[in-house]
Amino acid sequence: MQLARVIGDVIVTRKDENLAAIKLMVLQPIAADGSDVGRTLVAVDAVGAGVGETVFFVRGKEASFPFYPIEVPADAGIVGIVDHWDLE
Amino acid sequence: MQIARVIGTVVSTQKHPKFEGAKLLLVQPMALDDSPRGTPLLAIDSVGAGIHEKVLVVIEGRAAGEALGQKAAPVDAAVIGIIDSVDVQE
Repeated sequence: MQLARVIGDVIVTRKDENLAAIKLMVLQPIAADGSDVGRTLVAVDAVGAGVGETVFFVRGKEASFPFYPIEVPADAGIVGIVDHWDLE
Repeated sequence: MQIARVIGTVVSTQKHPKFEGAKLLLVQPMALDDSPRGTPLLAIDSVGAGIHEKVLVVIEGRAAGEALGQKAAPVDAAVIGIIDSVDVQE
């Protein structure tokens, strides 16, 4: 999993039927110090995250597991909202 | 699997139910000379690893789900061991 900031959402009207009613968010992955790292990506949302929140997301087909038995065609998914994190 | 060091912990209240009770660690993957390699990632902890410890991490969904003891858990990385030592001959 990786930390990210939710920086936007994506509205898609015409889409795979297994994506119906699933929220798509734009994520900016962040490093442990909170700075942006890597490319932005779009992820399905399994926890009701909002723009501006810090979240963690999972990559790969595991992103679709929260929506089981619907087989969502997703390769990234938000699975938690971060309260805070502590470094050594 | 990768060698990594635990550099932090993450607290999340609102998360997928399969994460209930799971500890979330920030781990920094390392090269064999202990230098950081790539960006830190979040892994669930199945062995009780603590901060500063050198650990073994699986970065693959099925393996991580098994470490969590949950079927179809939306996880892609897990700490599966605490490293005592690494011995490289060359």
